[in-house]
This record gives sequence, C-alpha cells and structure tokens, in this order.
Amino acid sequence: MSTTEHKTPNYMAIFWWLAGFTAVEVAYSSLLPHSQKVILILGLVGFAAIKATLVALYFMHLKFERKTLGIIVGSTLILGVILVSVGMAEHWLPRP
Amino acid sequence: MEAVALHAAHAHHEEEYTTTGIPHDKMGMWVFLCSEVMFFTGLIGSYIVLRFATPLWPPPASVLNIPLTAVNTFILICSSVTMVQALAAISRGDTRKLKLFLCLTLLGGTIFLSIQAVEYWKLLHEGFNPHVSLFGSVFFTTTGFHGFHVFCGVICIAFVTGKAFLGKYTQAHHQGIETIGLYWHFVDLVWIVLFTIIYLI
Repeated sequence: MSTTEHKTPNYMAIFWWLAGFTAVEVAYSSLLPHSQKVILILGLVGFAAIKATLVALYFMHLKFERKTLGIIVGSTLILGVILVSVGMAEHWLPRP
Repeated sequence: MEAVALHAAHAHHEEEYTTTGIPHDKMGMWVFLCSEVMFFTGLIGSYIVLRFATPLWPPPASVLNIPLTAVNTFILICSSVTMVQALAAISRGDTRKLKLFLCLTLLGGTIFLSIQAVEYWKLLHEGFNPHVSLFGSVFFTTTGFHGFHVFCGVICIAFVTGKAFLGKYTQAHHQGIETIGLYWHFVDLVWIVLFTIIYLI
C-alpha cells in the first residue's frame, strides 16, 4: 500500500543515533554552566532539531515520499515559524 | 455471479484513484498532523514568550526530575522504533513480527503514560501545581496535552493490534498500520522538542 517503493532504511541505526543524542543532550545540559545561556540554548535546540529531523525523514518516511507531501509539511513549518516569531517580536522589539 | 461482480467492484474500490498519488487516509493523516503542528506550535510559542518575559523563572532542574524524564524519552523513542518495525514486518508479509512489534509499541506507550502519571503525582505532592506559578501552569498545560495525545495513540494502537490478531492485515493491505504509525511518530517528535525546551533549557 505504500505510495513510494524504497529500500528499507536501517531503523536500528537511527534508533541508536536518537538514543545517543538524548544522552548527549542531558549531559550537555547538566555539565554546561547555565550562565552561558546562549551556547546552552543553541546547542540544545540544535540537538532537538537533528533528532526531530531524523524521526520525520526516516520513521515517518518523508525522505521517500512525494514532493506534494513535502510542500504541505514545509508550508506548515513556515507558518509555525511565523507564529513563534510574531510572539517573540512582541517581547523583544522596542515599543513605539 | 453477483458475488463475483461484487468482489470485483470491491477490489476495484480498494485500488482507489487519487489525484496526488497518495492514499486518501494517509493524506488525511498528514493534513491532520499539520493542524497538530500548529496546535503544538501555539503551546510551545506561548511557553517561549512567557518564559523570556518573566524575570524570575525557576531552573527546570530545580523542580523537575530530569533523569526520570530522560528515561521516559528513551522509552518513547523505543516505542517509535518498534512501531516502524511493525510496518516493516507487515510490508514483508511477516504477521507474527507485526503482532510482536505492535504489542511492544503498546507496552512502550503505556509505560510512558505510567511514568508521566508518577511524575505528576510526585510534583503535585511537592506542591508544584498549575496554580502555584506561571511555570506550573504552562508545564502542566503543555505536557498534559501531549500526554492526552499519547493516550489517544495508545487507544488507536490497541485497536490496530486487535485487528492484527484477527488477521485483518496482509502484505498487500496494511494502510491502517502506516496511518497510525505516522501519528505515533509525530507524538514522539513533539516530545523530543518538549523535553528539550521545557526540561533542559
């Protein structure tokens, strides 16, 4: 029933990457002094983005799907970024 | 004769025509997941804005049990792997492994919910509740909604597991497994983001 035929990815390899990144994230968060907030946030958000991308591409098979699906998901992500950015701008931009 | 014609019509119906080339139920699930992305973006966006706008925000590690939640994250990742292995198994026509991996996924989801319930119980016992602070309010709202999604996923997986034991899925027809699998991986993906933003930062 799958719409696109593709070679089965190595799911266990993806699993170990996800588990490894989770362990590194926890260690990074507990070892790095919380005074270095920018480095902490950038590092942790980077790790989370890599993990989320691995799940979407390989477990949800987005890597092997048609472009239509990629456009639908991509558009939603852009809308999501706009939503968060507007909220953050409200706080950070100087008020007139 | 009529039965043969009906069977032929049914078989024709199963190989439905789609303008996108993507089965309707799969497309429906992706559109639903896109609406869910916006729902969780609203919650996470609110958390970020409130957190940076509030001068006195307690460090999450001082209130929350990070090692316990890290274990819970690992369990949810494991259940995501068993779900995708279940789909791979039925794609090969291996119904025995399909049933095994679906049961393991169900177990993983149930353990995740149980650990979250224990975490909530401990936090409430220590006086950390939705009324105590802004952090408490957004923490319980965001993780509570995610927990509700996991609960719905567990119910759906229990349903497809039952169908698998009744022999309803074959190598040629297993779209239900793929559709619920998409939902389950999405729930895992959202938790990956929530764990980082709420527990670690």
